[in-house]
Amino acid sequence: MKTGLLILFLVLSPLAQAIDSRQFANPEQQEAYETLTSELRCLVCQNQTIADSNAELAADLRRQVQEMLEQGKSREQIVQFMTDRYGDFVLYKPPFKAKTSLLWIGPIAFLLLGLVAVYFVIRQRKHRAVTEPTQAEKLAKIRRILDEGDAS
Amino acid sequence: MLKYLIPLILFIVMAVFLALGLNLKPNEIPSPLLDKPAPVFAAPKLLAPTEKLATADLKGQVWLFNVWASWCVSCREEHPVLNEFAKQKAVTIIGLNYKDDPAAAKSWLDTLGNPYNVSIMDQDGRIGLDWGVYGVPETFVIDKKGVVRYKHTGPVMPDDLQNVFLPLISKLQAEAL
Repeated sequence: MKTGLLILFLVLSPLAQAIDSRQFANPEQQEAYETLTSELRCLVCQNQTIADSNAELAADLRRQVQEMLEQGKSREQIVQFMTDRYGDFVLYKPPFKAKTSLLWIGPIAFLLLGLVAVYFVIRQRKHRAVTEPTQAEKLAKIRRILDEGDAS
Repeated sequence: MLKYLIPLILFIVMAVFLALGLNLKPNEIPSPLLDKPAPVFAAPKLLAPTEKLATADLKGQVWLFNVWASWCVSCREEHPVLNEFAKQKAVTIIGLNYKDDPAAAKSWLDTLGNPYNVSIMDQDGRIGLDWGVYGVPETFVIDKKGVVRYKHTGPVMPDDLQNVFLPLISKLQAEAL
């Protein structure tokens, strides 16, 4: 049974490729195509890149990227073309602007906030550890009170 | 006191953000085309494929650009609204028949009625791409100078026409060329 499954998976593994792999004559273009399609968002199925998506719009956008690369357009030109039409939302790596600052600074701000909180918690613990009497001191105090008797 | 206040404040902040999140519409992506010149096209007319309609032909008038397709379910919902609206003759309505089969598109207009002054064909979706179309139906309002002034994503409903489109159209009609 196990061997059978293993053989099945091995036989099927060559099928596990990008949805729509395209061939370029030039390896640089091939690489640019692959990075671009994995950085552009499919706007229909919003949590997928156009490389991953089966939607028709994603196919159109892939075709557009391919054509522009073949025309010798640069990466920046293609990204510009897409943002002119679909806005920054089409980019998985949005540019840093006033509007997107929260997106970029947010995680760092939360991390710093967390570090500050950890610092204060630790300091408080240390403080308590120093001022609080040790077990032996407490025992001595109890013994003393027991020996002397309760005054009240 | 502070011990109880901090979790309470954290809870309120989270609740506010979650409530805001519930009311966001991630499907409505703001169009970067707003207040920019409408993307140029020259495309064959659906009902007269030998003739072309170009953006330049529409200069000087306010027009609605409605993206539709016979395969689109929400368009079927929107269609009677557009038919009714077209009767008012408030504005020129241009249809973009997006990624559709011309025969299917024609029979759709024959059976459901044709609210469009002209529909143009965009079988491979290139005009749609230029306009940033990502979901059908979409409706744009273009002013006399050929500038995109409004975009509506999803089916246009009578309320939208009454509250948004009609006031905007009459404002744009009043603008000088």
